[in-house]
Amino acid sequence: MSATPSLLATETEDDLRAAVRSLLTTHSAADRVLARAESGAPYDRELWKTLTGSMGLAGLLVPEADGGQGAGHREAAVVVEELGRAVASVPYLTGAVVTPATLLALPERTAEVSALLAEVAAGSTVAVLAVPLTTAPGDPLPEVTTDGGGLHGTVRSVADAAGADVLLVAADSGLYAVPAGAPGVTVTPLTALDLTRPLAAVQLDGARGTLLAPAADAAPAVRAGLLSGAGLLASEQLGLAEWCLTETVRHLKDRHQFNRPLGSFQALKHRLAQLWLDVAGIRPAATAAADLLATGEGGPAEAQLAVAVAQVYASPVAVRAAEEALQLHGGIGMTWEHPVHLYLKRAKGDSVAFGGAGRHGQEVARLAELPAP
Amino acid sequence: MTDADDLRARTRALLADRPPATTSRADFLAARFDAGLAWVHYPEGLGGLGAARSLQSAVDAELAAAGAPDNDPRRIGIGLGMAAPTILAYGTEEQKRRFLRPLWLGEEVWCQLFSEPGAGSDLAALSTRAVLGDDGVWTVTGQKVWTSSAHLARWAILIARTDPAQPKHRGITYFLCDMTDPGVEVRPLRQITGEAEFNEVFLTDVRIPDAHRLGEVGEGWQVARTTLMNERVSIGGSTGGRESGMIAPLARTWRERPELRTHALHQRLVTLWVDAEVARLTGERLRQQLAVGQPGPEGSGLKLSFARLNQQISGLEVELLGDEGLLYDDWTMRRPELVDFTGRGPGYRYLRSKGNSIEGGTSEVLLNIVAERVLGLPTEPRTDKDVAWKDLAR
Ligand SMILES: Cc1cc2nc3c(=O)[nH]c(=O)nc-3n(C[C@H](O)[C@H](O)[C@H](O)COP(=O)(O)OP(=O)(O)OC[C@H]3O[C@@H](n4cnc5c(N)ncnc54)[C@H](O)[C@@H]3O)c2cc1C
Repeated sequence: MSATPSLLATETEDDLRAAVRSLLTTHSAADRVLARAESGAPYDRELWKTLTGSMGLAGLLVPEADGGQGAGHREAAVVVEELGRAVASVPYLTGAVVTPATLLALPERTAEVSALLAEVAAGSTVAVLAVPLTTAPGDPLPEVTTDGGGLHGTVRSVADAAGADVLLVAADSGLYAVPAGAPGVTVTPLTALDLTRPLAAVQLDGARGTLLAPAADAAPAVRAGLLSGAGLLASEQLGLAEWCLTETVRHLKDRHQFNRPLGSFQALKHRLAQLWLDVAGIRPAATAAADLLATGEGGPAEAQLAVAVAQVYASPVAVRAAEEALQLHGGIGMTWEHPVHLYLKRAKGDSVAFGGAGRHGQEVARLAELPAP
Repeated sequence: MTDADDLRARTRALLADRPPATTSRADFLAARFDAGLAWVHYPEGLGGLGAARSLQSAVDAELAAAGAPDNDPRRIGIGLGMAAPTILAYGTEEQKRRFLRPLWLGEEVWCQLFSEPGAGSDLAALSTRAVLGDDGVWTVTGQKVWTSSAHLARWAILIARTDPAQPKHRGITYFLCDMTDPGVEVRPLRQITGEAEFNEVFLTDVRIPDAHRLGEVGEGWQVARTTLMNERVSIGGSTGGRESGMIAPLARTWRERPELRTHALHQRLVTLWVDAEVARLTGERLRQQLAVGQPGPEGSGLKLSFARLNQQISGLEVELLGDEGLLYDDWTMRRPELVDFTGRGPGYRYLRSKGNSIEGGTSEVLLNIVAERVLGLPTEPRTDKDVAWKDLAR
């Protein structure tokens, strides 16, 4: 019954990776990421334009007929992984994964949905789902009520809301697209632990939006969107962890103490070898999740289990990779100037995002029939 | 070049010619070997067809579907996994013809005479001596230890020192040793599980004809590296579907015995279940890479993962079982033919899996290998490389 997808990158995926990586090396160097974070700008708009404009990457999940690229989760996972490797500050996982996956899961493609989907795929509109970043697929959603056509409610810790043009709001009366600048919408940026994925509180006091779907259709669609987000988060964690490992290996080969390269001390070699082994496991787990999200092979439970496995596994490994990187860089790792803190903050934030390892562990227990006492 | 369809056709022809239902096991296996369907990536005439290794699965699937007997690969693992690839790589035509067929058929069991009391991880420091006589026959004297299956083996792969004046890696030669030689004495070595899967092997003036030397004199270390690499691949590389291996009995007990469940055990169970699934996927990815001819470095890590998982999973199983976990199935001193993890109790699994991080290269040594070969980290400063073996500290 266990589906075994191809776990190797296709040529298209390799080409895509090379293109995104080369772009990020020049356009999202660590000093630039830090400068953006300090500037208070909600994301790197120039980078977003290049990624979504000429490269069309915001539309990977969206079929060509709907204005997208007609690729899929595997290709989007490659982009997410490379963005993770660069800790790039763009609303991709939210605006180009969770949002289109939510819209595409709606049973009815109304004119309003189609229009929004096309804008999202083009990257011209950044739309984010107004739920806390910590929401796991299937979790209860924040309470937003409808009163005389206006929406009311408060949503804490919404990722990328401060830079969003549109908020997708799941209210008691349905799923709405609410322009972020509309009257009755207050988006308050929060001071987040993760400097590269901004959070904001969203308050709705009678705000009006476009109805996209009735309430009964909204919840399953939001769940599907969050499942895609959680699955591809593992690829982000892979990119973060691989960067941490590679940089640490490089540093320890270079840095000499006691008249030898630090990397020749066995205590450190063993730590890095073990880390390599653990990080190497994220790739097949993340690829399996992305593949099953794309194909639906074996039914929805297979994709859900693959996502949960990937999250339970990847979250702690990515955090440990960043923690090891910091420790093994010594004092330099503790400085604001060195990029390792950006990775640590992202990895720690990611470990709580979309439910975290604890919530996904419960999913594994449910789906693999290993019930709690 | 042979393709999968061709191999399937050949397999069906074999099955038609020797229907498993009416053919003896020995005859069927011999015919399979001679048809080149034993290991298709081996050369023609040696049980193969020079085909891609990945095509073997096409043959195996046809054979399994027809209910054909196999050569009981677990019983002859050392021969198949270590001796055969080394003989194939370094053997003379004569040696390949003489040894590979009975090895694959299971007529001749092999063991590995490498480790010694004074040379385990530092295998190249071994001190068993081989001296070439005027009659072209080597005389071998020394002691080997932890030799699995020596009590069953007809032949052994053996490394011995032929030049003590050379640095340790350079004075070693590789031999194929006849275990029926009167100078070979095999004594059971009882292990923590109660049984004796491995042995001590005393070699006293064992005679080995020069025709049974594998590779050049003094180049045995290089030959042995081929064996060791294949050993790690065969130890690390065996995975089935999801929830196969050590996690299976634990998950079964968890499902069938709700009264044993606690929250703390549940946390550990789920984590290990996920780790086992990720190790399975890592192995699966490696297999897919091999099939397209791009082996990845993950192979070096799989044995490490499985050793840790087997130990942690079996340890959890003992704890989960509580009262029953305190019991042991059988301490009788026996000499088993193979390691059977699932056929025995959790206590056995717990104890036997302790060997997984020691046999075939300890986990510490494998971490060194990963650090140096995969990550490119420098070696520790070494004091043994250029010193004659006879002058080393011991
Ligand atoms: C079940 C079982 C079956 C076996 N079957 C066979 C067989 O069929 N044929 C055969 O030839 N051998 C066999 N062996 C032997 C096995 O290969 C050796 O036990 C193994 O290589 C370790 O050597 P050692 O026991 O001498 O330990 P040592 O080398 O003395 O090691 C002791 C400890 O020190 C650590 N250590 C050693 N060197 C280093 C280093 N450089 N850096 C860090 N740590 C280090 C080791 O990891 C270990 O923890 C078997 C062993 C077992 C347990």
